[in-house]
Amino acid sequence: MALVEAIGVRKSFGHTEVLKGIDLEVERGEVVCLLGPSGAGKSTFLRCVNHLETIDAGRIWVDGVPVGFRAAGGKLYELRERDAARQRRDVGMVFQRFNLFPHRTALENIMEGPVQVLGRRKAEVGAEALALLERVGLAEKAGSYPAQLSGGQQQRVAIARALAMKPKLMLFDEPTSALDPELVGEVLDVMTSLARDGMTMIVVTHEIGFARSVADRVVFLVDGAVVESGTPSDVLDNPQQPRTQQFLAKVL
Amino acid sequence: MASDTRMNDVREDLVVVPLSHPWRWISGAVIVLVLAGLGWSMSEAQIQWEDVPGFFTHPVMLEGLLNTIVLALAAQGGAIVLGVVVALMRLSANPVARWFAVGYIWLFRGLPVLLQILIWFNLALVFQNISIPGLFSVPTNVVMTAFVAALLGLGLNESAYMAEIVRAGLSSVDEGQTEAAKSIGMTPLTTLRRVVLPQAMRVIIPPTGNNFINMIKGTSMASVIAFTELIHAANNISSRNLEIMETLFAAAAWYLVMVSLASIGQHYLERAYGPR
Repeated sequence: MALVEAIGVRKSFGHTEVLKGIDLEVERGEVVCLLGPSGAGKSTFLRCVNHLETIDAGRIWVDGVPVGFRAAGGKLYELRERDAARQRRDVGMVFQRFNLFPHRTALENIMEGPVQVLGRRKAEVGAEALALLERVGLAEKAGSYPAQLSGGQQQRVAIARALAMKPKLMLFDEPTSALDPELVGEVLDVMTSLARDGMTMIVVTHEIGFARSVADRVVFLVDGAVVESGTPSDVLDNPQQPRTQQFLAKVL
Repeated sequence: MASDTRMNDVREDLVVVPLSHPWRWISGAVIVLVLAGLGWSMSEAQIQWEDVPGFFTHPVMLEGLLNTIVLALAAQGGAIVLGVVVALMRLSANPVARWFAVGYIWLFRGLPVLLQILIWFNLALVFQNISIPGLFSVPTNVVMTAFVAALLGLGLNESAYMAEIVRAGLSSVDEGQTEAAKSIGMTPLTTLRRVVLPQAMRVIIPPTGNNFINMIKGTSMASVIAFTELIHAANNISSRNLEIMETLFAAAAWYLVMVSLASIGQHYLERAYGPR
């Protein structure tokens, strides 16, 4: 079974329907890039997968579990926020604006989840957190506060913070859009190595180059619906839909 | 050429005349004169200065001091706890809780503290017993001592202000912080405790310190219901020896000592939660 299965996902904000029935499957170890013009609903869909938004219709399963619900006796019971939190442990998320905890050091940011959520001992978590910092190339910044780090460094710490929960799935919501151009590369490098290590990833991005070289599949969204989907070479080099062709003509 | 002339002028060693500030000297002199005049009149005033230190450490004054400190700390502490609860209700998704919080703040912020203290103190006039049917029942005039009435009057009024301060603090924390906390699986309570409140403290502490200083002074209102705080203690002493100003000055000195200590405490709290 696919790790992520979304069927007919609909979501409205007020009278505006942002997602108009999205179907998407992501296999284990697969890297899927969501592309499309702004306002297409890419980020909203990603947030639904992590239950940061509730959906109005359709279903999302992550690893066989319905997101935001508990299946019992042929019914789906909506989860309380406390139980929804338990589901989110297995799904890491990286935000456009990093959202590191400013009152904690880089190391403390990474340790926060395992210690506070999983109740693990600080000593063993500390060693893991340092290893994660090393993995994103920031071992020497362990004691730095977010305000003392560049945007690229903050985003790498944010990735390490998500990885500390040992997630099955990583969601990236435009992880390089808030970065100065010269800092984009260091974040994409970390994401690329993560993909090479077999992490299942859904990435909302405008980095066509990253999608081409790292994604197993590219999904093109417009106005809350999937317009085209396939391998990077199919969608990026040989788009079939006029809307995809228009978009790529502008960004490439 | 004209420019050459100017250049030559500058090259020569000319004497620099600094800008004089006559008004600084004049206004400074006026202030010093006024202060000197005030000091002189205080020394000429009909005050037995030598008696003030005695009143400062008078046992009745010290009892009043202790009561003032206990009342201020208890009222502020209770107000902070209640304020957090009311602020959370104000921000809650439950409309009944939201409206309750709005009404609570409207009522307890809207009435003068003195009036609230008097109402609590005289509660026995309208309710002989305080009871929850089937659980307990106690005579109101036994429970509603001067201390309890002052605690309720000061604490409930302050809790309405604290609710607004805490709400402002919680609202000041970026929504992205809550989302990041959720994304690593934090429950709402852990998110509040570990992520939102520590950051909200930066906004909450300065006005809370301000309010606590007001609370220290506000305890003086309990003197009207004969609670022996500093002012009532001062009156007790002066009713015997008629040295009204001397005892009031001794009380004033204690207020300044307490307020100074509170300001220092606030400074260190702000530093502990300051920006990184």
